[in-house]
Amino acid sequence: MTDSVIAPEIMDSQVSSGTVRDYVALLKPRVMSLVVFSGFAGMVVAPGHLHPVLTMVAVLCIALASGAAGAINMWYDRDIDAMMERTARRPIPQGLVPADEALAFGIILTIASVTLMGLALNWVAAGLLALASGFYIFIYTMWLKRRTPQNIVIGGAAGAFPPMIGWAAVTGDVSIASIVLFALIFFWTPPHFWALAIFRKLDYQHAGVPMLPVVAGEAETKKQMLIYTLILLPLAISPYFLGIGGLTYLAGSIILGVSFVAFAVQVQRSDDHKPAKRMFAFSILYLFLLFAILIGEHLAA
Amino acid sequence: MTDQQNQGQPRKHGGDTDLHRRQRGKNLAVLAALFAFIAIIYVVAMVRMSGGTFP
Repeated sequence: MTDSVIAPEIMDSQVSSGTVRDYVALLKPRVMSLVVFSGFAGMVVAPGHLHPVLTMVAVLCIALASGAAGAINMWYDRDIDAMMERTARRPIPQGLVPADEALAFGIILTIASVTLMGLALNWVAAGLLALASGFYIFIYTMWLKRRTPQNIVIGGAAGAFPPMIGWAAVTGDVSIASIVLFALIFFWTPPHFWALAIFRKLDYQHAGVPMLPVVAGEAETKKQMLIYTLILLPLAISPYFLGIGGLTYLAGSIILGVSFVAFAVQVQRSDDHKPAKRMFAFSILYLFLLFAILIGEHLAA
Repeated sequence: MTDQQNQGQPRKHGGDTDLHRRQRGKNLAVLAALFAFIAIIYVVAMVRMSGGTFP
C-alpha cells in the first residue's frame, strides 16, 4: 500500500466530518454543467413548447440525476479513487463523507429526480433519465470500467443521453434528430476521455483501470482518437440536414470538427503529452460551442 | 469535573464545536432541500392543472 492510499476503515467510517460543500463535490459539478447544457440544448431544439417552470424542473432533474450517478460512482470507485492523483482529493477518499452516506445520497437523489421528471414532464423522459443513470452506474461503473479498454466507448452512452432526455421532456418521444444528438456525444466521448487517459496513463495504470493507452499503448490510442474525430465530423454536421441546425450551425460544426481532427493529428504526431492536454481542453470547448450554437440559433429564431 | 457539574454548561471542546457546526450546516441544507422540493411539487401541480396559464 502506498502513502496515497487511504485506509478502507477511514473511508467506510460512519462519522461524517464533511461540510455541505463536500456533498456538493460528490455530485461532480463540472461534469454536471456539460450534462445540463446538452440536456437544455435538447429541450430548446425539440419541436414544441414547454412552460418555463417545467423547463427549469426538467433541467433540475437532469442535473440531480447526473450528480446522483456521480455520487454512486464515487461510492463504488472509492478504492481506486484513493490510488489516483486526479481523484484522491474526492470527499470519500479524504474521509470527509462516509461511503454509505454517499451511496444513500446518490440513491435518494436518483429516485427523487426520476420521479419528479415523470410527474412534472412525462414518463418517457423519466424512463430515459433512469436508463441513463442505470447505464452509468451498472454498465459503466460496475461492469465495464475495470474490465475492458472499451469501457468509455460503451459507457459513453450514459453521458450521451441528456439531449435525448431534454428532447423527450418536450415531445414525449424519441426521434431521429434526438438519436443524432445522442450519437454526437457518443462519438465525442472516446477521443475526449482517451486524451485524458494519455496524460493520466500512470494514474490509471497504478489503479489497474484498463484504459486504452494502458492496455494497447499510446500509438493505438492516438489512431483510435483520430478515427473517432473523423466519424464525428460528418455526424456533427447532420443536424443541419435534419432541420434542427441552421447555416451558423453548419459553419460552426465544420470549423469545430476540422479543428478537432487537427488536434487529433497533432496528438498522433507528437510523443509529448502536451497536445493531448490541449485536445482534452478543446474537446470540452468543442461540445460546449456546438450546443451553444444550436441553442443560440433557436433562441434567436 | 463530574457529570453533575457539567450539566447546563456549554461544551467547549474545539473538535466537538466544529463538528456540530458542520452538522448544523448539513441539517439546514437538508431542510432547505425539502422545502424546495415541496415548493417545486406545488408549482408544478399549479402549472399542470392550469394548462400552462399559471402564474
